[in-house]
Amino acid sequence: MSFAMHVPILAIAAPLLGAFSLPLMAKVHHRLRDLWAIIVGAFTVAMIVTLAVQVFGGGIQVYTLGAEAPDATLGPEGFPIRITLVADAMGAFMALISALLGGAALVYALGFAQDGKGKTLSMSLLLLLWAGMLGLKLTGDLFNFFVFLEITTVAACGLIAYRVWESRPPEAAFKTLVMFILGGLMVLLAVALLYGEYGALNMAYLSNQIGGGLIDRMALGLLVGGLLMKAGAVPMHMWAPDAYGEADANTAIVLVANTQAGLYGLLRMLFTLYGGAATPEVGWLITSLGALTVLVTVLMAVVQHRLGRLVAYGAVSQIGYMLLAAGVALVTVGARPEFGQLALQGSVFHMINDAACIGLLFLCVGAVHRATGTGDLRSLGGLAHTERWTSGFFLLGALALAGIPPLNGFASKLMIYQSVFMLSPILAALAVLASILLLAVFVRAFQGAFLGPRQNVVSKPPSPAMLIGMGVLAAVVIAFGLFPDVMVRHVVAPAAEALWTGRDAYMAAVLGG
Amino acid sequence: MIGNLPFVAAMVLVVLGLWTLMTRRNLIKLVVGIVLIENGVNLLLVSLGYVRGGVAPIYTYAPEGTPVDIPMVMPTPQALTLTSIVIGVATTALLLTLAVLIHRHRGTLDVRKIRELRG
Repeated sequence: MSFAMHVPILAIAAPLLGAFSLPLMAKVHHRLRDLWAIIVGAFTVAMIVTLAVQVFGGGIQVYTLGAEAPDATLGPEGFPIRITLVADAMGAFMALISALLGGAALVYALGFAQDGKGKTLSMSLLLLLWAGMLGLKLTGDLFNFFVFLEITTVAACGLIAYRVWESRPPEAAFKTLVMFILGGLMVLLAVALLYGEYGALNMAYLSNQIGGGLIDRMALGLLVGGLLMKAGAVPMHMWAPDAYGEADANTAIVLVANTQAGLYGLLRMLFTLYGGAATPEVGWLITSLGALTVLVTVLMAVVQHRLGRLVAYGAVSQIGYMLLAAGVALVTVGARPEFGQLALQGSVFHMINDAACIGLLFLCVGAVHRATGTGDLRSLGGLAHTERWTSGFFLLGALALAGIPPLNGFASKLMIYQSVFMLSPILAALAVLASILLLAVFVRAFQGAFLGPRQNVVSKPPSPAMLIGMGVLAAVVIAFGLFPDVMVRHVVAPAAEALWTGRDAYMAAVLGG
Repeated sequence: MIGNLPFVAAMVLVVLGLWTLMTRRNLIKLVVGIVLIENGVNLLLVSLGYVRGGVAPIYTYAPEGTPVDIPMVMPTPQALTLTSIVIGVATTALLLTLAVLIHRHRGTLDVRKIRELRG
């Protein structure tokens, strides 16, 4: 009983402590370091799954730090003065995504990263980024939201830049870091404004107080702007293709999870914090930015000739689909029609589907790099002769990303198309068109890299650890594609519901009554 | 009026920082711009907690026989500002490290000359 109550904080503490103890383990022996990474990763995943079971089975879990009992959220005067962690269905769902990508990245890194080339530090930063994302997703306190945002910023940019002996990674990291710091400062400014007005930082308490005055609107604008920077939406997307394209494969997939954490923050602020005061104008803004993101990034993907950057633009375009659907839900949140709820479910479902198929594609790009030492489509070719597993996984990921049935990308994209069509047929047509274009781009990439005559290059096959990492994501792609109904009914619908109508339950869980 | 000066100063710092970011092309000056914005936000945070004539928010050290109407300074904004300053040091250090690395590879700090990653 007592252990089960402490699961939310253990899920954050395990990767945080693991990150700082990993270099110490590496001083002893590199085998011990690998073993320690596996132990920490497995424990974190176990904690997240336990938390998800608790939340989906028994409702919102609240944990108060420093209180006599974890559920004593209120201070002596009935005011939530302590820092709280609040795990509702949406938070638990996002934690599951980070478990999927963080776990796969850690296993892949064991076989992919090289000793003597920063393997210890990259694994350590990976765990730190994981801890930051989990904190971001589970915190119920606005200032801690900012602190965890900055932890992910530092860890993510450290991960992008750690190959310092090359010239491109530090450049990509500098660009990303400037955007992330600016975004973080906008969030901090919003926090300061809200604190100045209401004298509180607890999200449930604030959401009870926020009425939609001038200060509230200014704070909302700053929050939306800052978190869109973090999520990499057009026109603040400049950093994303560079960061994804220059980072290692295992880093890139955790960066995808990090981007989604930014998107989660946006949804949490709009639906939970501002649920009563969010206006349709904000919804239209998000919708149009989403549509713009989809179009611009898919068109940019067409002209790429480096495999990593091509997949990177694909990754940013998927964020556009999520924004598009979330915007539709936000436009309709006042009237609460059926299709608004469907849009939100599509957006939420697309997050985990995107995590699986984009993650798989990035891991394949890493395997291609390792096999041939290059990612340039103009010099690659005929890899399918030697790299059977990698080419199979790449094809699977590309088809899922473009939304071909019966793979998982189709299941969620169909929900997005249907709901967007109800709001605006033109936007839905644009979304379908972008998806077809994306398919063309990836078919060309597949043809260029994997098909064609065998080339006489010394090829290095992926190690078993890399295959396990890719296999896990491929299994998710196929399983969610074949049984989307099970997934939607048991996991996605409760998560979307937590945003759509769960605001009162969220407040009641923290404030009581 | 004079009480609002810290807020005005905070806004001036933020605007100066943004202006630096938009007009300068030197990586180190970009870092300076970001630090200016950071300091502006920190100044705003710490001014929010100021109470005229307030005492330190420690009950055991409060002056003997403190009447109820002597207010205590809000401790939360000070804690927030301290945290934010520490975070700012970390991010600034990382930014400067990256600037040094870029200079080592390219021999310049001018953003117009380093843009290898475009499109």
